[in-house]
Amino acid sequence: MSASILVPGSRKGADSMQAAAVKGRSLWDDARRRLLRNKMAVTGMVVLAILVVLAVVGPYLAPYAYDAVNKNDVWMGPGQNGHLLGTDSLGRDQLARLLMGLRVSLAIGLVATVVSLIIGVAWGAVAGFVGGRVDEAMMRFVDVLYSLPFIFFVILLMVTFGSNIILIFVAIGAVEWLTMSRIVRGQTLTLKHKEFVEAARAMGLGRGAIIARHIVPNLLGPVVVYVTLTIPAVILAESFLSFLGLGVQPPMASLGTLIANGAQDMELAPWLLVFPSLVMVVTLMSFNFIGDGLRDAIDPKDR
Amino acid sequence: MFRFIGRRLLVAIPTLFLVITAAFFMMRAAPGGPFDMDRKLSPEILKNVEAKYGLDKPLAVQYVDYLADVVRGDLGPSLKYRDKSVLQILKENYKPSLIIGLSAITIAALMGVGLGVLAALRQNRSVDYGVMTVAILGVCIPTFVTAPLLVLGIASKLGWLPTAGWNDGALPNLVLPVIVLALPQIAIISRLTRAGMIEVLHSNYIRTARAKGLPESRIVGKHALRAALLPLVSYLGPACAGLITGSLVVERIFNLPGLGKFFVTSALQRDYTVVMGMVIFYAGLILFLNLVADLLYAALDPRVRLA
Repeated sequence: MSASILVPGSRKGADSMQAAAVKGRSLWDDARRRLLRNKMAVTGMVVLAILVVLAVVGPYLAPYAYDAVNKNDVWMGPGQNGHLLGTDSLGRDQLARLLMGLRVSLAIGLVATVVSLIIGVAWGAVAGFVGGRVDEAMMRFVDVLYSLPFIFFVILLMVTFGSNIILIFVAIGAVEWLTMSRIVRGQTLTLKHKEFVEAARAMGLGRGAIIARHIVPNLLGPVVVYVTLTIPAVILAESFLSFLGLGVQPPMASLGTLIANGAQDMELAPWLLVFPSLVMVVTLMSFNFIGDGLRDAIDPKDR
Repeated sequence: MFRFIGRRLLVAIPTLFLVITAAFFMMRAAPGGPFDMDRKLSPEILKNVEAKYGLDKPLAVQYVDYLADVVRGDLGPSLKYRDKSVLQILKENYKPSLIIGLSAITIAALMGVGLGVLAALRQNRSVDYGVMTVAILGVCIPTFVTAPLLVLGIASKLGWLPTAGWNDGALPNLVLPVIVLALPQIAIISRLTRAGMIEVLHSNYIRTARAKGLPESRIVGKHALRAALLPLVSYLGPACAGLITGSLVVERIFNLPGLGKFFVTSALQRDYTVVMGMVIFYAGLILFLNLVADLLYAALDPRVRLA
């Protein structure tokens, strides 16, 4: 059911989660228990943990550098000459490149998600809390952005400023915040009439302080769920750009560039395509399992 | 009804205007120009060429000129493809994109709804788990992975289908691109349908229909399906955006003469007018589909009143 939450117009995800976050501490214990009982989610977490360790530590342990060109070992198949996953047309060790690519893709997923998180939470919280005309204008703006072919703007951005990694973070993050802002706004609307917000206001706290200290922390539940679903979306977007030759530039690698290169040479060296594709799919799946599991755990009604 | 359409159009026009403006200035902010080549043009020639296309005027003037042209329905000449207007390029290349896109979305809708209903009716049984596994795989395996893998397996190794090319839209050439494009949509649509169907089947009016003694096929096919399809209708806009994104990849891998390749190449070559034409075309398409989705939504859901 992860799709239902991503779809504009379908507010079910946002609404049904509103009940969850406000019940207080015991909810999180409950949620943790439910999450750990979910085999898919636990599998996802274990696999993801392994992938993260590999991405962080792997490049240091790999016997070759990811960008080391080796003229004597061109087009090695998997296992030949000590290259566990073979080599490419320049004799670069694919294991080392794959580990590096995984690291880059995960890093982009994380950073761009944080960017989208900051924009989305700020936008949604302000719109929901201030309400009235401001709310209407801000959400109208989101609606308009929703109806645009966004990938085109990302492509234009990459062409305009040249592809560097920071820009990839910002561009993708700036695209992915829309759904987040909708979820956060829905949550905020229900939160702002709660007693503790009124108490804070009675004590003379300003609007900004109330949003930052009282509203945002209480949004955590649904936001966490959506974050775990945004990360794979971001990884996908980056790989897509890399596939079109607009993302991470060689010799640096990401899962997307590795798949793109593999696709070019797949007749000659299918291993160049198969291994990065496999890692990509496993990564995306583990994130999706965790996201689905978290949603079910935090919002048992929706199962 | 007409007032509703009118109001939506009033929103669509400023949106389109915003898109054009943003794309125009982003494109112009990019370093380099359409006439940078390996062999540098002499300054005099460059000046003449730029004057011919009005590129020597101040940017603000060019912007206003361009807007005026667009309002008249003239998207200008291509700066790279000699003697072709942007409209001509759109006209000559839209067919493969359209055929592939339409076939993919039709197949995705039929299969997705079918599978989703099946899974909902057999909730928590093996059919359900099977469909949901396929759905998760479909979401997690991106087009740029399925496309090369299918080409490698089915076209290259087994030789059942051509690896690439358009061949005037011959059926064997269409199969793989359409499958690749449809797969993720099938996954999303079947999940949406299943979720909607399960919720609807528990609602009171379905219980009423059962109590009346209606046959199950009628309950599912008429009463439940209609309500369960509502979330799908609002997915139409994003689905179209997803298809366009996917077609960029698919057209590249299968080497199809569609519109997709023009966007990336033209952007890289700074062919300003062609890029703008593509942006306007696709943004217009998506806005139009969103309007259609709103109308469909109202037609399906009696609670929504168009005003």
